[in-house]
Amino acid sequence: MRPKLALLDQPLIERILAEAFQLIEDPGVRVAPDVVELLRAAGVTVHDGVAHIPEDVARRSLALAPREFYLYDRSGKPAVHYGGDNVHFDPGSSCLNILDPATQQARPAQSADLVRLVQVAEMLPQFAAQSTAMVCNDVPQEIGDWYRLLLVLWYSEKPVVTGAFSASSLHTLLELLALESGSSAALRNKPRAIFDVCPSPPLNWSEFASENLVELARAGVPAEIVSVPMAGATAPVTLAGSVVQHAAECISGITIHQLAQAGAPIVWGGAPAIFDMRTGKTPMGAIETAMLDVACAQVGKYLGLPTHAYMVAGDGRVIDAQSEMESGMSAVLGALAGINMISGAGMLDFLACHSIEKLVIDAEAIASAQRLIEGIESRTESLAVAMFAQTGLHGDFLKLKETRALFRQEQHFPSAIIDRGLPSMDGTTPGILDRAQQRVEQLLSTYTRHPLAPEREQEIIAFAQREAGKAGLEGLPEILRPQYVGEPRLI
Amino acid sequence: MSDDTFSAMRQSIIDGAPDQASELAQQAVAAGIAPLDAINHGYVPGMHAVGEQFARGQMYLPDMMASAEAMRSAMAVLDPELKKLGAERSMEGVVVLGTTKGDIHEIGKMLVGTLLTAHGFRVHDLGVDVAGDTFAAKAREFGADIVGVSALLTTTMRNQKGVIEALEKAGLRSQVKVMVGGAPVTRRWAEEIGADGYAKDAMSAVALARELMQQKIQKQQQTQSPVVESA
Repeated sequence: MRPKLALLDQPLIERILAEAFQLIEDPGVRVAPDVVELLRAAGVTVHDGVAHIPEDVARRSLALAPREFYLYDRSGKPAVHYGGDNVHFDPGSSCLNILDPATQQARPAQSADLVRLVQVAEMLPQFAAQSTAMVCNDVPQEIGDWYRLLLVLWYSEKPVVTGAFSASSLHTLLELLALESGSSAALRNKPRAIFDVCPSPPLNWSEFASENLVELARAGVPAEIVSVPMAGATAPVTLAGSVVQHAAECISGITIHQLAQAGAPIVWGGAPAIFDMRTGKTPMGAIETAMLDVACAQVGKYLGLPTHAYMVAGDGRVIDAQSEMESGMSAVLGALAGINMISGAGMLDFLACHSIEKLVIDAEAIASAQRLIEGIESRTESLAVAMFAQTGLHGDFLKLKETRALFRQEQHFPSAIIDRGLPSMDGTTPGILDRAQQRVEQLLSTYTRHPLAPEREQEIIAFAQREAGKAGLEGLPEILRPQYVGEPRLI
Repeated sequence: MSDDTFSAMRQSIIDGAPDQASELAQQAVAAGIAPLDAINHGYVPGMHAVGEQFARGQMYLPDMMASAEAMRSAMAVLDPELKKLGAERSMEGVVVLGTTKGDIHEIGKMLVGTLLTAHGFRVHDLGVDVAGDTFAAKAREFGADIVGVSALLTTTMRNQKGVIEALEKAGLRSQVKVMVGGAPVTRRWAEEIGADGYAKDAMSAVALARELMQQKIQKQQQTQSPVVESA
């Protein structure tokens, strides 16, 4: 039996949806001028930039959205399955700062930090996908979005959760992905990346967000709605009220998206949070934030849609008991909720800071959560009687063939991050941070970059040099010129 | 006017009761009480108490917003009376506040504005999506000591620099301190664009505003004091 967590009963889900449909019609949803004609053609009234979407139009769009789809790895194998109760994790994204590995103090993130994180995440099976985890402060802001994607594509073979920083730069990111996939058609056929698209709460699909939805739908590249109601500030203070707003933002976004291209892949997702009434911060590690995530995903699942949430992030400013308690609880709850993509691992300080050391600790919490949702199975014909028949009351189960055959399936073996008293740890009493640092170094030492086909790498480098040049960036930070082009060196 | 009445005014602010605050102000005007006395002995101590309780974690943001609303209600009655008398409240400083061009996020800025008001600053909130030229024009119009520029997005953060450039272009930069804030903003960014200060949250924005006012006053005193030439 697969264990599941549900916070809403069916009547409450129906009430949430009824109010969400009511909201998108009245007061309606603010939309950008670019999508007005699209909406009007479908029978939506738009006055003064506010779309009043009738329930039947929205329901038709929801019915057109795919129930499942895949993201593919570099080799073209399906690697992330959006849909059903499949659960995947990826590191948190778009962080401005990093906890410096040496000083454990926050500082602006650099390209080298992102590469390090990508290499570590590449080695951890807990992460089915990478994310464009950091904003690289050594790269001009105007090219920051595609450059971080370039680094992830260069150093990883996993699918990528990414996003554009502006309406205009989306084209550059799509061009880069098409180069990596071989063509726009290949990208559409086997998308390697999914793009987060964020409405502004409450109920506002800005120009940037509206255009991204439309462009992604037409390119056939998956979009992931990241609705961010802040309960009590930009959304109703009640958790149920914020879930309604989240639903209304997702439904209106999906309507725009499906009107642009019916059947294009899209995800019901978000990063809802409570608003701390003492500080004005949005704690990602609060239990109520996790409850919002679980409830929002439950509504999406009720509609049969693929789901996403922002969980596993902690709010402590350093790696400590607080941040790990928050991350551990959140990972377990997200997994139990059957959320398809759970973003946020590695992040601290209200999403303001990333930490590679935290990423490897969070990976252990994720592994435990993954084990949890495998549940308890009856792997033997009799559960215990046949084994007792062999051991009698001696209780010598260690010698049984069943023990040897099944213990690997029954037990999850964590890495040395988790102190289980392994002999190798005798005589040493490193704290969790020491163990995490050792784990990071060990993973980095075993990482090997797998290059793309030479002609494809050359095309990507030519593209990157051209685009970087436009922003006045000389060279390509952290990209090594491939050996077949000459001696390996930074370009 | 009895201490009890001032105490009731103070309490109306702490309770976040706009109707009561307004009614007490009207009663004070009818009783011929000097508006400045009502403000300085009744309502302002209420806002100070609110600010202190908030800083100690004993009061919450919705309470603070209600207190600010109560203060506005009282001032809606008392400000016209002050004007009739040609009197003026003494303020900690004048702040012009807004969110940068292209950015519609309001909460952080609103909290900063509320807390600054609670701590005795006169705040002119220009709202969201404000162009650099508008910041400059309003800073001139209101005689701002400080311009506070908020941005939530990395993409709109760069427009904070545009506000500083607009102030320079308007010839106001030497008279106005600029503080910046918002989720993506860092001390490094503030230094890079030539802002006078960066605050990571609303409470530290108050401390920063006070510090900037001190700097400004010291600078004014230095420029006003006669130059003593050594013999």
